[in-house]
Amino acid sequence: MLDIRNLHVELEEDGKQILKGLDLSVGAGQVHAIMGPNGSGKSTLSYVLAGRDGYSVTEGSAHLGDVDLLALEPEERASAGLFLAFQYPVEIPGVGNMTFLRTALNAQRKARGEEEVSSADFLKLVRQKAQSLRIDAEMLKRPINVGFSGGEKKRNEILQMAVLEPRMCILDETDSGLDVDAMRLVSEGVNALRDAGRAFLVITHYQRLLDHITPDVVHIMANGRIIKTGGPELALEVERNGYADLLAEAQ
Amino acid sequence: MTARPNPKLQATASRLEGLTLPESGAWLRHAREGALARVEAMGLPIRRDEYWRFTDPATLTAPEPTPAAPLSDGEGEPFAGVTPLRLVFVDGRFDAATSDALDLDGLRIERLAEAGALDLHWAQGLYGALETDGQSPVARPLAALNTAFATDGVLIHATAPVERPIHLIYRHEGETSDAMLHHVLKVDEGASLTLLESGPAAARFNSVLEADLAKGARVSHVRTQGRDHHRRTATHIFARVAEASDFRSFTLTFNGVLTRNEIVVRFTGDDAKAHVAGAAVGDGDFHHDDTVFVTHGGEACESRQVFKKVLRNGATGVFQGKILVKPGAQKTDGYQLSQALLLDERSQFLAKPELEIYADDVKCSHGSTAGAIDETALFYLRSRGVPAPEAMDLLTLSFLREALEEIADERLAEDLSARLEAWLARRR
Repeated sequence: MLDIRNLHVELEEDGKQILKGLDLSVGAGQVHAIMGPNGSGKSTLSYVLAGRDGYSVTEGSAHLGDVDLLALEPEERASAGLFLAFQYPVEIPGVGNMTFLRTALNAQRKARGEEEVSSADFLKLVRQKAQSLRIDAEMLKRPINVGFSGGEKKRNEILQMAVLEPRMCILDETDSGLDVDAMRLVSEGVNALRDAGRAFLVITHYQRLLDHITPDVVHIMANGRIIKTGGPELALEVERNGYADLLAEAQ
Repeated sequence: MTARPNPKLQATASRLEGLTLPESGAWLRHAREGALARVEAMGLPIRRDEYWRFTDPATLTAPEPTPAAPLSDGEGEPFAGVTPLRLVFVDGRFDAATSDALDLDGLRIERLAEAGALDLHWAQGLYGALETDGQSPVARPLAALNTAFATDGVLIHATAPVERPIHLIYRHEGETSDAMLHHVLKVDEGASLTLLESGPAAARFNSVLEADLAKGARVSHVRTQGRDHHRRTATHIFARVAEASDFRSFTLTFNGVLTRNEIVVRFTGDDAKAHVAGAAVGDGDFHHDDTVFVTHGGEACESRQVFKKVLRNGATGVFQGKILVKPGAQKTDGYQLSQALLLDERSQFLAKPELEIYADDVKCSHGSTAGAIDETALFYLRSRGVPAPEAMDLLTLSFLREALEEIADERLAEDLSARLEAWLARRR
């Protein structure tokens, strides 16, 4: 599903190299987790895949199925089925959550040559998805993320994911700022979306999110590369011993 | 020894040379002559005047208007959804054929052009009176010029709450039309009224609205200034806001090489409210100036100024706003916000926010900012599949939303919001 080969990325601003030959392959139906110390390039990876400005890819490739992600604008990547749940979801005063979500869904459908969703059908769809995430109607009426608590913002990200139905979901530190209950709700939302045609890349500092969203594969990232790949037990090892041993081993 | 020619006197003399006071009855003639004397004493504005530092008034005071082609685009009339009483002015002339009858329960309407011959006690003390009041501490000579020479307008006296709005529709047809309209609004105790205005009016338009609100009166004023780009417009609103009354005014401006909107609000009693707001969008040689002066003379009054401008391709926005709190005007709540969204580096926003406070128990704040589109927000929207141009429009509308929220009637707000969306979509 997602194939990243030898990806080299530097910051446009100062030419600082962040990703230094990253290889990663996530198959359909799989959940992969990426763990790693601060500054290892995890968030950069998610932004580069989603198409944020400010980074330049100097070498390598990233494909979603047979789509060359790096050749596309951010909105085209979204229409191709990529979704990034932000670590810090953006507050946008003055744009209603529902307006935004409907504009996004219909823009994606239009880009794929599908018919737009009517207001009535859209409302039904969102209500149903919102209910399972315990997002109330009042929250949907408010401007995007404005006045939302940390947990509400993350639930709102998962709601967008549920409505837009991407095939490749990247979760960038979705657990940050969440209390135990919120983490359970968000995880349930993610688990409900797991199916054979969809893959997840879960970026996290901590093992605890992976108690709720069980990964098939765990990668350790350091200094712009994947330094070790294993099963769920690798996350537990990090939780017990930290990254120091793994880093030393990779040297 | 020869004196150097005084540019102010020259500008004033050459403008007045081509004008004659309209035929009026005695009381109106008296008001007009008084205004003419004020113009002569003050002189018309020139660029060197402090109050006109950011906006060149030359084309507003020139003897002849600069030609401006009318826009015929077939876009429907705004505010149709509220079925207002429609009064149409074509290039500043009242057009009875396309207007509704001057007849509405709860109020009396007269045309200024016919008012001189009538015995209108209520208008006699008012026409030009609020304008005169508004000449201090800052001179507003274009408003006095209007009082002297306005050829038409409406005089409205509301004695009860009036549900149906009055819509003044201005059509611009002549390429060199030069219009001056003067409206007077007197709203009695407990009465209320919604006044709507739309359209570019003329190649050059000078308008004055005097609104006198008695105790507990309510006025809601919403206007759009049309989309003709080459028009030149100077408007003045003078509002006298008495105890417990409520004055709202909102202006939406599309395009225009020169628009100067002055709003002068004076609280004369306690516990009153005045909210004035505006949204303006324009490209290129668009020049838009909001100049606002709010005087708190009573206790516990609330004033809000919310002005937003979207400037593109080298456009210029100006905001001069002042809150003056007089001695004794305790518990004043004054708020002023002026913001510009600059969509490129050539556009500019010139702001002069001012507070002058002579009471010690007041809450006053002002903020003025100029900024670009928030790139993080833009990326967020695009990452959900919203194409860049649409995402830009959403963010632009969201920037203007705070001003539009000052419109109390949701139907009007939605109508204007849809017009803004269409304007933005045409420029993608």
